[in-house]
Amino acid sequence: MAFAGFMFYIFAAITVACAVMVVTSRNPVHSVLYLILAFFNAAGLFVLIGAEFLAMILVVVYVGAVAVLFLFVVMMLDVNFVELRKGVRNYVYIGAVIGGILFVELAMVATSWSLGPELASISLGPVVGEVHNTRSIGQVIYTDYIYLFQGAGMILLVAMVGAIVLTHRQRAGVKKQVIRDQVARSSKDEVTLVKVQPGDGA
Amino acid sequence: MEELLSDYFPILVFLGIAIAVSALMIVGSMLVARQHPDSEKLSAYECGFEAFDDARSRFDVRFYLVTLLFIIFDLEVAFLFPWAVALGDIGLFGFWSMVIFLGILTIGFVYEWRKGALEWE
Repeated sequence: MAFAGFMFYIFAAITVACAVMVVTSRNPVHSVLYLILAFFNAAGLFVLIGAEFLAMILVVVYVGAVAVLFLFVVMMLDVNFVELRKGVRNYVYIGAVIGGILFVELAMVATSWSLGPELASISLGPVVGEVHNTRSIGQVIYTDYIYLFQGAGMILLVAMVGAIVLTHRQRAGVKKQVIRDQVARSSKDEVTLVKVQPGDGA
Repeated sequence: MEELLSDYFPILVFLGIAIAVSALMIVGSMLVARQHPDSEKLSAYECGFEAFDDARSRFDVRFYLVTLLFIIFDLEVAFLFPWAVALGDIGLFGFWSMVIFLGILTIGFVYEWRKGALEWE
């Protein structure tokens, strides 16, 4: 177990270092790559607390899909980041105030947080260690949390429709293959047999 | 818990080997190869003349659409895994819960198919 503690500190240190690099690195593509490394280390942390399903989903969904999306966005923005940084002095004070407020809020949450005594009895999750991790998620998510689960489905549907409405457009002058029209064509309509006399031409 | 972590130990070993091999290649080539650093060696090269503009240019938003649709169905599959594992415990109610979820996403799938978002043109 001491080794697990050791690994926790390694994963946690790399995660925090990557998070710092995401914010401070000059090249935004490097930021995304550091973010991917942070995701991997967060997956390692999930494995260490026994949440292996979440760890795998983090790798599959965040590293495999969301990071690619971030790369696309970063490349599509085509922003000159050196130019953006020019006005940073004008905004540093208001940024510091907002950051300070957020920090105080986080500190208050961390210091005055306590779990209500009645929460322990209504906890629906099975005891960790008795059943397999993936199975224990599956036992509650589709039945006890059905409204949240269906809500997730609705959100995905809205995201899908929204993405299509925002980005999809019909382009003019594109010739597409319409198989129905091809099959419906008859040789009688299209081909004519011309009897050409020798010497007359067509 | 102890058993679970020991199952993951081989992955850690593989990770260590991967890091060691890649570090060995980089450090080895730095130590063994001759180094004649030159700023021209690192500069962008475009058929003999200076690069015209930045490599990061605008490209079609359709790539973004493909990725976004991929993520949505990726998540759908991610929801299927615990359902398949726990199907024996959650019974008919859990089964139909998932069927409704899949039905909602199928509506979206039919929509994107009919809209032609899956076609590249």
